[in-house]
Amino acid sequence: MTELHNYTLNFGPQHPAAHGVLRLVLETEGEVIRRADPHIGLLHRATEKLAESKPYNQSIGYMDRLDYVSMMCNEHGYVLALEKLLGITPPVRAQYIRVMFDEITRLLNHLLWLGAHALDIGAMAVFLYAFREREDLLDCYEAVSGARMHATYYRPGGVYRDLPNKMPQYTPSAWRSEKETREMNEKRQGSLLDFIQAFCEAFPQRVDEYETLLTDNRIWKQRTVDIGVVTAERALQLGFTGPMLRGSGVAWDLRKKQPYEVYADLDFAIPVGKNGDCYDRYLVRVEEMRQSNHIILQCIDWLRKNPGPVILEDAKVVPPPRAVMKESMEALIHHFKLFTEGYTIPAGEAYAAVEHPKGEFGVYLVSDGANKPYRLKIRPAGFSHLAALDEMSRGHMIADVVSILSSQDIVFGEIDR
Amino acid sequence: MRSLKEIVKSFMLWELLVGLKLTGRYVLSKKITIQYPEETTPISPRFRGLHALRRYPNGEERCIACKLCEAVCPALAITIESAPREDGSRRTTRYDIDLFKCIYCGFCEESCPVDSIVETHWSQYHFEHRGENIMTKPMLLAIGDRYEAEIAKARAEDAPYR
Repeated sequence: MTELHNYTLNFGPQHPAAHGVLRLVLETEGEVIRRADPHIGLLHRATEKLAESKPYNQSIGYMDRLDYVSMMCNEHGYVLALEKLLGITPPVRAQYIRVMFDEITRLLNHLLWLGAHALDIGAMAVFLYAFREREDLLDCYEAVSGARMHATYYRPGGVYRDLPNKMPQYTPSAWRSEKETREMNEKRQGSLLDFIQAFCEAFPQRVDEYETLLTDNRIWKQRTVDIGVVTAERALQLGFTGPMLRGSGVAWDLRKKQPYEVYADLDFAIPVGKNGDCYDRYLVRVEEMRQSNHIILQCIDWLRKNPGPVILEDAKVVPPPRAVMKESMEALIHHFKLFTEGYTIPAGEAYAAVEHPKGEFGVYLVSDGANKPYRLKIRPAGFSHLAALDEMSRGHMIADVVSILSSQDIVFGEIDR
Repeated sequence: MRSLKEIVKSFMLWELLVGLKLTGRYVLSKKITIQYPEETTPISPRFRGLHALRRYPNGEERCIACKLCEAVCPALAITIESAPREDGSRRTTRYDIDLFKCIYCGFCEESCPVDSIVETHWSQYHFEHRGENIMTKPMLLAIGDRYEAEIAKARAEDAPYR
């Protein structure tokens, strides 16, 4: 009888730790991983091909659905590529709003990542606390765009609408008295900016709470320290970006190295890891949350002092305001043109990248002079990270695959596109 | 070398106790959860939920079948057919929205020159049979009639920003 050494294990696609629809074929020897083979494509929706069949603006909503935990950052990449091709620059206020919401998105993403990562490793509580904060941030999303997740808020030339001066409020119910409702509405008395500021002032203490639960915890350390080590050199060779690269000790951040929008005027630091293990990546992301919080506060400060337009007044690209559209014949014609045919972009190509919460999110756009892209290529951050899963998990135990996978912050919406 | 203090802390399971203290504090603090069907979270006037077709105060339907929403819909969820009415005015004879295709991007509302098609604050609905996902013109008008007060209030609040 032949003696069996290796054992093949199917992990996912229906596994709670598979972060969506990853199918992983693990070849194990006892409990030790010899090979990890990720199978992707189960969430393929042909976003790139779909974009070729509709006018430029209509694809903005589909960008939200790529990496569905950092919606506005995806939009930002696409909108930047469009602006590069069109040769337009949005008003400064719009740039600040975009930066502020990019950072809110980073908080949203890292909070979900932190909760899910801890949950995968076995710490239940952090997930609940992280979702408490996400609730407030999603309220900001809703107040500004009308949707809690798939915002469709950025437009080439700015953002769709200015920040509202009022926050929606709780109403009394059978469960809550007038007084209790008033307490719940305390933070919602002012404008959206006041609401975000109140959040940002309370947020550092919340991060301290997560750290109390995790950073020194011996179980957490046993599950993450020295797991999935990637050296700085190897991380560069593997095409890592974002926290994965910074966790390995390379201070690379597009917001600093190739500043877009107003990042050059803002004060923030890039946290860098040392060992390139799961624990360092965790520390880097936690510190990034604090830095994002700092950036948001600076944006609030600027936005309060500088009212103004949030979108260009270029009737060939941006639809006229509603009040004007109803009065002026020319504006109405522009309105009809833009909502049926859209705008055409001169033939050419452009690549625009943003520092997405997961890494470099790039959009490569080729125009042949028509009103829809000739080709749209999306460079997702998670793809090259997932490709390194085999190398990172080889020689580790089965349980470590889960830690490594969730420390990569994989979301299949962007990997499969 | 680890200090004596650290070694003692480690044997006392210090960091676990600190974590437990935090959870213990939250066990006793006030709950932040909402009793869902009886109370809801606040809804922004910009909220994009179920669609509706609006009427003018005199009861005349607003939609003039310009088909801008049909053209701008990224998901091709809207189907419109139009014909002149008896009085000669241009109206839709068919206005269907497939809610399975709709991605709630709000472009239809953004494009409508007469504020006819809107996305209401209503987000709680379900289907029991195949085919109910297609919202027909009478259904959309009925929703518009039912929620007109709320719809008009939300549009008025958001008007300065659009």
